[in-house]
Amino acid sequence: MSPILELQNVSRAFGGIKAVNDVSFKLEEGEIVALIGPNGAGKTTLVNAITGVHTPTAGKVFFEGGDVTRQKPFQAARRGLARTFQIVQPFPKMTVLENVAASALFGGHPESLAEAHDHAARELDFVGLGHVAQSPAASLTLPNRKRLELAKSLAMSPKVLLLDEVNAGLNATEIDGALDLIRRIAARGVSILIIEHLMKVVLSLSSRVLVLHHGELIAEGPPQEMVHDRKVIEAYLGPKFAERFQKEMALG
Amino acid sequence: MMARKSPWPLIAMALWLAALALTPVVLGNYEVRIAISIAMFTALALSWNIIGGFTGYPSFSTAAFYGIGCYVGALAQRSGVPAALAWLAAAAFVGGVSFLIGAIVLRLKGHYFAIGSIALVDISRLVVSSWGEVTGGGNGLNVPLLQGRPPEVSALVLYVMLGIMAAAFLANVLVDRSRLGFGLRCIEQNEDAADMVGIDTTRYKIAAYVLSAVFPGAVGAVYASWVGYIDPTDSFDILTTVKVPVMAMLGGAGTLLGPVVGAVSFVLLEEIFWANFLEWNRAIMGAIVVALIFFLPGGILKLDWRAILRRPSRRKAAERKPG
Ligand SMILES: Nc1ncnc2c1ncn2[C@@H]1O[C@H](COP(=O)(O)OP(=O)(O)OP(=O)(O)O)[C@@H](O)[C@H]1O
Ligand SMILES: [Mg+2]
Repeated sequence: MSPILELQNVSRAFGGIKAVNDVSFKLEEGEIVALIGPNGAGKTTLVNAITGVHTPTAGKVFFEGGDVTRQKPFQAARRGLARTFQIVQPFPKMTVLENVAASALFGGHPESLAEAHDHAARELDFVGLGHVAQSPAASLTLPNRKRLELAKSLAMSPKVLLLDEVNAGLNATEIDGALDLIRRIAARGVSILIIEHLMKVVLSLSSRVLVLHHGELIAEGPPQEMVHDRKVIEAYLGPKFAERFQKEMALG
Repeated sequence: MMARKSPWPLIAMALWLAALALTPVVLGNYEVRIAISIAMFTALALSWNIIGGFTGYPSFSTAAFYGIGCYVGALAQRSGVPAALAWLAAAAFVGGVSFLIGAIVLRLKGHYFAIGSIALVDISRLVVSSWGEVTGGGNGLNVPLLQGRPPEVSALVLYVMLGIMAAAFLANVLVDRSRLGFGLRCIEQNEDAADMVGIDTTRYKIAAYVLSAVFPGAVGAVYASWVGYIDPTDSFDILTTVKVPVMAMLGGAGTLLGPVVGAVSFVLLEEIFWANFLEWNRAIMGAIVVALIFFLPGGILKLDWRAILRRPSRRKAAERKPG
């Protein structure tokens, strides 16, 4: 079986800055892989490069074995390569239901507008927003806006979902709810690449972790190993703190 | 928006069309001229509404579409094409031009489009002015006049303009209720998100731009047949290009009846100021427009009319109460 998503030496530069530099990895079908890295590491840019928002300046992106490097974002969506935005992007003047119906209608493959609505209503129930379906999207709280982003991407019946910090800004109970939700999404057979700062989420969800630093993939492996990896700790804390941190860890 | 659509805008529009159509029967020549002007500008404002209102892309191309329509209609008629066919040809030609321009400028997002759309007016005027052998250049062109006595001709022009206005309105209704309109509203509210949910934004924007072009093309051609003479300055008037969006916004951009209400309000106001303050009319008009847009950002239709109508009666009731 070939991987559902594969990046080969993908780079994306802005002017002189290489925001993503020579990144290669594979996402197997049904996997949950976490992408971590300090602020400005290039995580969002990588998602943008995969979905055609910023076409890679070098390298190739394969989806279900086909070369999709030069696709437009709307093509990615229709293919089943969906993403959420780190900064939520609702249609503010529409209701929550209409927001999701738009995804179902344009990004999914519905028979009709009515079917798109039904599908949207099902996804809203799935993410727990059924009770605010008729509210304007602009009136939602931040946790609910994050859920709306999820419902919008799910309504396109994606095969791969790229989640860009869907849990940022949530409190502890909300995070437990979000964890459960992401597990249920995975149980639907969706392969997930999740960008995450919260170690709790990374450790409890992913089977594999990719670490990005200055645009480069510096480490890759099981989550338990990654949190103790010298290079990874250095990337987050700088070399001096990394040394101290590891000594303290060693002492227990 | 996708709840069941109200039939009231359609009913209101049908009544309004009927009222305008009655002017030649019950009123004089002066009123018929005003009715023609209202029909023309309503058609232009409704056309603008598709790109400027639904899609949220401020287009300043109206004068270009209208002007090219004037010339294509005139040239077709001069080479022997019957008037009605010449008008259709003008609409089709302008549709083609808008497709080509749209395919270039609508790949970009936001403000670049506004600039590109206004440049089209100047470029078209320049082409027409300097291509003297065909267009008559700055000397203008005579257009074969419509046959008939003056009142008959005005009535005919009115009915044709009303037909174009009805067609433009119908286009708005269809867009509003269709997948296209849903996609355009998504683009208006958040283009990046629209792209991300699977909308081919470039194609949708081009469709909106072309729809906003064909009716002004026809209006221009009919106008040319009516007045019998066109020149570049009048046909590609920069004022038209600004006036039309103002009308749509005055009534309420992105709604079905907003452009209709805005166009009639504007034309009547302008008529009053032309008649009474000949020298100052532009200045007064400008001030009113600025004031209206400043105080009515959503347009006349977005006003809370119920609250306004209720207020005086409530005051009266309060006065009646013994203090
Ligand atoms: N459109 C752009 N134009 C220019 N530079 C950009 C653009 N997008 C991102 N960058 C730069 O690329 C680098 C990586 O940014 P990116 O947003 O991908 O980081 P990130 O890992 O998602 O960070 P965060 O954790 O803060 O979300 C940064 O230096 C950023 O300034
Ligand atoms: Mg980011």
